Amino acid sequence: MDLIIEGIFKAFHLVFGGDAEIWAITWLSLKVSGSATLIALIMGIPLGIALATARFPGRPLIVALVNTGMDFPPVVVGLFVSITLWRSGPLGFLNLIYTPTAMVVAQVIIALPIVASLTMAAFQTLNPKLGLQIMGIGASKPQLLWLLCKEARLPMLAAVMAGFGGVISEVGSVMMVGGNIKGQTRVLTTATVLETQMGNFGTAIALGLILLALAFAVNLLLTKIQQREQIRWPKPS
Amino acid sequence: MRVKIVLRILPVVLISFLALSSPLSAGAPANKSVILATTTSTQDSGLLDLLIPVFEKTGYIIKTIAVGTGQALAMGKRGDADVLLTHAPAAEMPLVEEGWLSHRVQFMHNDFIVVGPESDPAKLGGLKSVAQALRKIAERKAAFISRGDDSGTHKMEKELWRAAGIEPGGGWHIEAGQGMGATLRIASEKSAYTLTDRSTYLNLRKTLALKILLEGDPPLLNRYSVMLVNPAKHPRVNSEGGRAFHSWLLSDEALNLIKGFGKDRFGQSLFFLDPVKQ
Repeated sequence: MDLIIEGIFKAFHLVFGGDAEIWAITWLSLKVSGSATLIALIMGIPLGIALATARFPGRPLIVALVNTGMDFPPVVVGLFVSITLWRSGPLGFLNLIYTPTAMVVAQVIIALPIVASLTMAAFQTLNPKLGLQIMGIGASKPQLLWLLCKEARLPMLAAVMAGFGGVISEVGSVMMVGGNIKGQTRVLTTATVLETQMGNFGTAIALGLILLALAFAVNLLLTKIQQREQIRWPKPS
Repeated sequence: MRVKIVLRILPVVLISFLALSSPLSAGAPANKSVILATTTSTQDSGLLDLLIPVFEKTGYIIKTIAVGTGQALAMGKRGDADVLLTHAPAAEMPLVEEGWLSHRVQFMHNDFIVVGPESDPAKLGGLKSVAQALRKIAERKAAFISRGDDSGTHKMEKELWRAAGIEPGGGWHIEAGQGMGATLRIASEKSAYTLTDRSTYLNLRKTLALKILLEGDPPLLNRYSVMLVNPAKHPRVNSEGGRAFHSWLLSDEALNLIKGFGKDRFGQSLFFLDPVKQ
């Protein structure tokens, strides 16, 4: 019990004492997971829309793969990305292993199926007649797509939250492809593992609290946007 | 509507993340980045945190990958590292002889110790021989946590069991599969014995319910060596950078840092220097 109290005190001291290393680690976590989420959105939203609206051969297989990918264990992603990026691996000439870029690559692979799958689900909940109606008033194809995206934007925000939440909190892949190198690839999750191993529980708890606060802040922002546009149900009389 | 503004700002924020992260990928020139594969004890004890920033003043950037010695040697053999710092002479020598590694210099040592709970169920207290101690643990079937990760410490442990004439197995011999810090933590929580290097134990001692039960037996010597990965076998190895770290580690500047390391916190050195022959 003493340990926990001591840890929490240490946590506040580190967070509000302006410890430069802790903030550098936090910033790197945000950068890596933020970039990975953004790339996953750029790739995953069109993929999800295509899977929801178009019919083409092989579609059921891709849908099954995307849905399986949602549960893809980060360590397995880490393993495959490591083997590929090692100098002895097929993409070793890129010199990417143990860099933040390698961590972004791994996290994109983790977040992409989550974004694609939830986007697909968001579009599938739209009324199919909506498309016909929009076409009926003479909208072009890009206009149609834009209007459908606007209709589906609330559930799509859930895709952003789930994607970011999935990668900011994972430790398995960033540990393997980043190497947890001090000042270069150490992020909140891997630093927590190391500090726990080194017996610095106060620092470990501090890092854990920052991670929680970060995930909470991002989700709070997105939830606010999402909830503000909620349909107001009439009160039962 | 404010919501719309937020929705418009969101992509801008995300794109700026991407823009800010791009200089990272560019980073320093490839030949400035040196991969050091090493045992966990050099990192968990805090030694590398002392040494690396001083070396990096030369302009090189060290990427420390702290894994077990077995994994570190495998990385060297595959060419996925430039310079190695490990502690398993018996595993290092064959790789040097086969030409995968070169310039092996044994330059520092400390020792392994057997630690266990205060209650000491197998009664190791007062023993002088590690073989005798391990036999007592096996006889009592007292819980023993093994690293179980092919690290240098695990290789040493297997060697000690073999020398004691015991084939460890059964429920009392527990394989953690983790680094030294995590293994000590498990031993402490389960009131079990374990074999550890002295530096990691001293560093964590305050948070562990474990005490030293056996030390000083000659087979427990823990010998650290630095080696270069042979660039002739792997053209992508940064041999210049590896060489720079190798020779700096054996310089007076580094050796003095190693010699003094731990004196302020523990009142004793954690690593002792060997007479260096190159």
